[in-house]
Formats: sequence, structure tokens, C-alpha cells
Amino acid sequence: MSTVAASAAPRPLALGRARWVGFKTIIIREFHRIIRIWSQTILPSAVTATLYFVIFGSVIGQRIGSMGGFGYMMYIAPGLIMQAVINNSYTNVVSSFFGAKFGKHIEELLVSPLPSWLIVSGYVAGGVLRGAMVGLAVTAVALFFTHLPVEHPLIIAAAAVLTSVTFSLGGFLNAMFAKNFDQVSIIPTFLLAPLTYLGGVFYSISRLPGWAQHLSLVDPILYMVNAFRFGFLGVSDVGVGEAFAIMLIAVAGLYSAAVVLMERGAGIRE
Amino acid sequence: MNALSVRGLTKTYRNGVQALKGIDLSVEQGDFFALLGPNGAGKTTLIGIVTSLVRKSGGEASIFGYDIDRELEAAKSCIGVVPQEINFNLFETPETIVVNQAGFYGIPRPVARERAQKYLKQLQLWDKRNHASRGLSGGMKRRLMIARALMHEPRLLILDEPTAGVDIEIRRSMWDFLREINRNGTTIILTTHYLEEAETLCRNIAIIDGGRIIERDRMSNLLRRLHTETLVLTPTRPLMEAPRLEGYPARLIDEHTLEVEVSKDQNLNDLFARLSALGIEVLSLRNKVNRLEEIFMRLVERGAAA
Repeated sequence: MSTVAASAAPRPLALGRARWVGFKTIIIREFHRIIRIWSQTILPSAVTATLYFVIFGSVIGQRIGSMGGFGYMMYIAPGLIMQAVINNSYTNVVSSFFGAKFGKHIEELLVSPLPSWLIVSGYVAGGVLRGAMVGLAVTAVALFFTHLPVEHPLIIAAAAVLTSVTFSLGGFLNAMFAKNFDQVSIIPTFLLAPLTYLGGVFYSISRLPGWAQHLSLVDPILYMVNAFRFGFLGVSDVGVGEAFAIMLIAVAGLYSAAVVLMERGAGIRE
Repeated sequence: MNALSVRGLTKTYRNGVQALKGIDLSVEQGDFFALLGPNGAGKTTLIGIVTSLVRKSGGEASIFGYDIDRELEAAKSCIGVVPQEINFNLFETPETIVVNQAGFYGIPRPVARERAQKYLKQLQLWDKRNHASRGLSGGMKRRLMIARALMHEPRLLILDEPTAGVDIEIRRSMWDFLREINRNGTTIILTTHYLEEAETLCRNIAIIDGGRIIERDRMSNLLRRLHTETLVLTPTRPLMEAPRLEGYPARLIDEHTLEVEVSKDQNLNDLFARLSALGIEVLSLRNKVNRLEEIFMRLVERGAAA
């Protein structure tokens, strides 16, 4: 048996390659996890989206008529896709990272030479991957019910990725602080779900009274949903530039916090 | 060159427990080193700091000259660790676990797959490579953690109780395996509760107790310090009373078991001559306790009394 190891500090190029392999490995592991438990990761959002389209789109939607100049089904489709992206990005990272903490296999990463920022990035990439997979599944469901125009494809992609990164980072921070499974589900249930439902997924805030419109503007999900909807339909309740600024600030702030906490080993190193 | 070097290492946990009280220790490259101590002595904390699972409160540590404060990535890439508790994903297969671990150390997947085959075969886990690891026996899980720790072919392998709960046959095959990788140049640090294991495998030893190193020596030197041993003899015929053997205190445990104390300056030929003179023939002979165990207990008891 031969022994091979660094006899000197790794050169920058070799170090970069090693880190890239490590990053890819985290993503591959996350992908396998998503596929292994597909009935918990992919299926529920597709089923929920189908129910939303049937109930809100077909049954109730016909009574609502048009919204923002579009049929109701077409209007809510981007919001429902974004809702799935948000939930799944968050849930993937919070459950995967907390599961690794709980089962102690996070130590596999902690003893490895991968730096904290790369571990955070790997988990976030896993969240984005699941967000994208589920987002595409919900899009496929939506296309059974409605036509979906694409006005600005780059805006669609950018809004989806930035939103997914934001909520993946949120899930990561939640998992770092969580001490039990209850604390993993509190934020999705009591914060994420209300903010999503009140974030303009099912309606345009222009239909709300003035005070409610102003209140809605403090909900960051409103900006994400509207930027995404703008990419498809070309209409938005908020400025798209403003929405992207908020997303970029959220990503920068949350990423910095996650890396600092990971570096300090909050909740994972004694 | 030292594989491991620690100076003045201290650790105080948030609850105020001072687990390490200024540890100085060095382990030479190529050594097979035993780190022994009673439960709560600080062994796992020391390993935790070296592998970056525990944050130190003070002091310095380096791995093959890489300081863990300044060159942590390089230091970590030299270490493979087998922890005391099972810490792999029980829902993943052994092959996935070891291939992923190699990836975390920057080993490309094709190379990782080759190594997975090599180590899983050597540790008799290849047939189980595609089974969910939660279904493995305790011994298999321990071997899987050894395979995982070897995937990046580390220069320093740290084993924290690697054979706990493993049956004797598997344990002995693991000893052979560890001897082999040590012969091939990997430095090994072993903590174990099986002192026979440390005595059989290790060339150097440190005993840690109460967060301090209370002994550090070559294994052979330490064992030489033991002045008396108790031998357990099985006579060919039942005995009714303990024989009178001048200079050798003897005690009859039962009619088939005789215990005799032999000091370092006495020889066994003399003892057997005396037994023969009394018409006692001996069928078998063994040490009552492991020699290292006896020294270990004396040192730890002395430490507790101090």
C-alpha cells in the first residue's frame, strides 16, 4: 500500500483543482440525495402545484377573471413556480445540513481540507439544484394548464438563481442554529409560508388597499416573485432593478453570515 | 520530522470543564503510537483539536510541520481520522461514502473509485459496497470508517478506539492491516481501551490523565518497569493446597488453578524446577493480567492520588 500525501504545501493550481473536485463532490452527494428520496423532494411540489392550478386556476380563477391583463392561471403560474423554488431551496439545505449535523457526518467535511466558504457554497449549490429541478417540474405542470410566454429569459434565470441562493443560504443558517427537528420546521412554517402567500404569488398588490400595499412592500418575497413574473409576462408590481438590488444584498449578507458562522463552527465545533 | 507536534495545548469547554491542561507531545514520522488514558482523560479532545473538530483554547499544534492555525488546509490533507463514534451517513452505501470522502480531499472520481475497490476489498467490505451502510454489523461499520480515512492515503492516521465492539477475529485481522500500512510509511496514532492492542501494535506510548500527559516513553521501556508478574498455572493433576515455593508466593484458586508471583530478577526455569521437585507438572501457563494494563492502572492510580 503506498502512501501519497502532500509533502509540501499544495501549489495554487493543484489547490484550485482539489477544491473544485471537493465542490463537485458536495453537489453530486446532494443530487444523489434528492434522487434517492425523490418522493419527498420532487413529487410533493409537483402535486401541490397541480392542486393549486386545479383549485385556484380552474375553479376559483374563472370567477376572478383576468389579473394584470392576463388570464388568472397564466398570472399565478410564475408565482407558483417561484414558490416551489423558494420552499425547495430552503428545505433542501436545512434538512440536508441539519441531518448531517444530527447524524454527525458533517464531520466528514469538517475534517477535510475544504475551506468553510466552499462547504457553504456546496450546500447552496445543492439547494439551487433542487430548486431548479422542482421549478422545472412545476413549470411542466403549469404548461398542462396554461400557455406561458417568455418575455425576458435572462431575467427569469437570474431571478430564479438569486432567489434560490438566498433561500438556500437561509436554510443553511437555520440548520446551523437548529438544535432539534422542531427548530428546522419553525421558520418554513411560521415565516416562509406567510411571506410567500403574502408575496404576490396569487394576486397583484395593486388590488389591495393602500395600507396593505405599503405593508406588502416590506416582504422580500414580493420582489422576487415580481421580478420572476416580469421575466415571463413583462408585468411587475415593483421595479425590477429594485428587486435585483434587494436579492443581491440578501445574497451578499446571508453568504457572509453563513461563512463567518461556519468558520467559527457555530453549533458544529466545540 | 515529527508527524504530530503539540505544545502547551489547552482546552476549556464552555461549561468550564478544563479538558486539556497544557499538553506537550510529539510523535515521530513512521511511528505506531499509543495514546492511552481513562475515560474523560482528554484523548478525544486532543484528537478533536488536531483534526479541527474542537477549537483549542491555547497552545500550538502542527502536522508534518504545518501549523494548524496558519496552514490548516495543508495540515488537514495529511490526516486521516477514524473517530470513536460512527459518523457516516447511514443511508448511503459504503462505496458512495468512501468515494465522496476522497472527493472532499480533492481526489478525482475515477481515482477514488479505484481506491474504493482497493480499500473496501482489503477491509473485506467489497461485497457490501452497494448495501445501505445502516445494515452493516458493528465491526463492518468500524472497518468502513478505516477505509474512508485511508481514501486520500494520509501520512498520519489517527484511530480513536477503532476496534471497540469488534470480535477478536476481526480485531486481529485489523491489527495485521494496520501493521501493514504502518510498515508502508503511514504514521499511526491509536487510542484504545484494549491495552493488549496497544502493547501488541505500538512502539511508543503516552498516557494522558486529567488533561495532562503523565507518561511518555517507548513501550518496551515502560513494560520493563513492571517488577512482578502474576502467572496462572494449570497443573496436570488437581491440587489440594497451594505448594510452598520458596521465593515465589503462590495461591491456589481452585484445584486446577494456581497463581504464582514472579519478580523480574527470578527465572522461570527455577520456578519449574521447584514445582517438579514437589511432583507438580504444569499443563499450561499464562499471564494473569496484561502487563501494560498493570502499569497503566498503577500510573493512573498514582495520578489520582497526587
